[in-house]
Amino acid sequence: MLKNSLKLALKVLARRKVFTAISLAGIALTLAVLMVATAILDNVLAARAPQSRLDRILVVETVRQHGPNSIWNANPGRGFLERTVRNLPGAERVALFTELATVVVYDGARRIELPYRRADAEYWKVLDFHFLEGGPFNASDEASNRSVVVITEDVRQKLFGGAAALGKFVNVGGEPHRVVGVVPSVPFTQAVAYSTLWTPLGPPTDQELKAVFGPLKGAVLARSQRDIPRIQSEFGTRVARVPLFQPQDYNEIHAGLDTTFDGIARHLMGDQFGDRSPTALRVAFLVLALLFMTLPALNLVTLNLSRILERASEVGVRKAFGAPRRMLIGQFVLENVVLTILGGLAAFALAFILLRAFASLEFLPGAHFDLNLRIFAWGMLIAAFFGIFSGLYPAWKMSRLDPVNALRGGAM
Amino acid sequence: MITLTNIDKVYRTERVETLALQNINLDIADGEFVSVMGPSGCGKSTLLNLIGLLDRPTNGKLLLDGQHINGAADRSLARMRNEKLGFVFQSFHLVPDLTVLDNVEIPLLYRKMGSAERRTRSLAALDRVGLSSRVHHFPTQLSGGQQQRVAVARAIVGRPSIVLADEPTGNLDSAMGDEIMGILEELNEKDGTTVVMVTHDDRFAQRTSRTIRLFDGRQVA
Repeated sequence: MLKNSLKLALKVLARRKVFTAISLAGIALTLAVLMVATAILDNVLAARAPQSRLDRILVVETVRQHGPNSIWNANPGRGFLERTVRNLPGAERVALFTELATVVVYDGARRIELPYRRADAEYWKVLDFHFLEGGPFNASDEASNRSVVVITEDVRQKLFGGAAALGKFVNVGGEPHRVVGVVPSVPFTQAVAYSTLWTPLGPPTDQELKAVFGPLKGAVLARSQRDIPRIQSEFGTRVARVPLFQPQDYNEIHAGLDTTFDGIARHLMGDQFGDRSPTALRVAFLVLALLFMTLPALNLVTLNLSRILERASEVGVRKAFGAPRRMLIGQFVLENVVLTILGGLAAFALAFILLRAFASLEFLPGAHFDLNLRIFAWGMLIAAFFGIFSGLYPAWKMSRLDPVNALRGGAM
Repeated sequence: MITLTNIDKVYRTERVETLALQNINLDIADGEFVSVMGPSGCGKSTLLNLIGLLDRPTNGKLLLDGQHINGAADRSLARMRNEKLGFVFQSFHLVPDLTVLDNVEIPLLYRKMGSAERRTRSLAALDRVGLSSRVHHFPTQLSGGQQQRVAVARAIVGRPSIVLADEPTGNLDSAMGDEIMGILEELNEKDGTTVVMVTHDDRFAQRTSRTIRLFDGRQVA
């Protein structure tokens, strides 16, 4: 039966070329946009080098102080991080690094602005960069505040024409830094790893050791995912004990040690939903995707309804020969799913072209999103859902056709 | 056995009420070949649709093999149509996207039957109507007579006890009409299949065992 329905579905689509072409174009465009969005999300949220341990990485990137008259919201300072993220139970490592900044690099007289971070030696252990040349700077480089730098292959290309860079000097912010390592370029979607130049964070000053606010972020690598709730709970307890900055104006302090998705949710939702921000974001994504699919789905519903009328006689015959309603619905939905899966395949090809175009335009730094099996599977799942969603109502209508009217080619 | 007792069929719209059949009483025995005649609009097709369980009577009692069908659910009517009835339509109603063989298979798709058995039975039905050499053709590649023979093969593939034919020769020339009539006669004589045929053609009606005549929705003979 399934084979027969599949065969019929393909024949029907092949015979009605205009309908198929219009439907496929609409489906492919819609799904391509959704696949591009999925590819970007996948690049942000999926664990891949150098963020292979992303599922165990928790990041604190904002501290918020509340007072009766004001709110202070900024990156954490060294003092805050030393008090809250060191030696958390269940944590394997802790890395401190600065918020992404722009630094001016001089290549002779040429002035180039590049994304830049300072990081401690642990940063290279929390993340798993594959070094093309050399290696990371170490704790001794950091303690001695040595002028060393790790660069990406893009920077190597820009500054040294792609030649070996190890031991060469890069003028970072007016000061020469010796290149100790070269890593592959990182997409900007990898929030913890993204930069093009890294220099040592250096030992903190006494002033920095007291600072609640500063230019930093902290990343905690949990031993396992099971340890995450315990780490977050202890972090929360410690945050409550941190002495407030300007206590005369503020009476509360908040900070989250979040997984990547929770961090994005907290950021996008302005933390207005507190701990429910991730759920709110998931719902928002789902609603957006559904809304985005609704218009083309309605269009497909209309096309399908007119297609059913063309096939009223076939429906009548099938009913006359004993086709139960659920089998007729199944057949028509299957036809629609075949159509949308074909649209999904076309969308995959279209998404591939769009993402390649993104990469070549380079208006987003490091926007090299790739399509993988997971995105393909998601795409096909979306396509199947789209097929069922847009096929169910016309199929239901069709199954209710009165067989006598249907045999006359009649109306619904 | 088909039994119709005091059958009325009324079509109602918001403004008009049309009495398509009025007080029909009819018994058709197993193995009979009955023709239904009458002028256009007299209710012949309506009667056939009621016997074929494609429509329900407004009043009266309809029994098929002793089973009341008046209150039966759509699902059980569909099952009865699939198991007991076969249809031949004036305009063939073949599915243009399917080959001859796939068209003939349609009734068997709604039974618990493996594809090999479906194929074997469909080929046998096509052989019976003399179309073994056309199994992979599409309906549009066949003549009118050949298309109606495919439709007959589709009607008999499920080995129904009753075949209902609504003007099966209406769209065919006399030679092709004779061919189709011959096949229906053979079905009736050799297999004992009950055949109820609506026709306008007196020649064909005379070849059946009994003729029911309708006029303005009433049975007149």
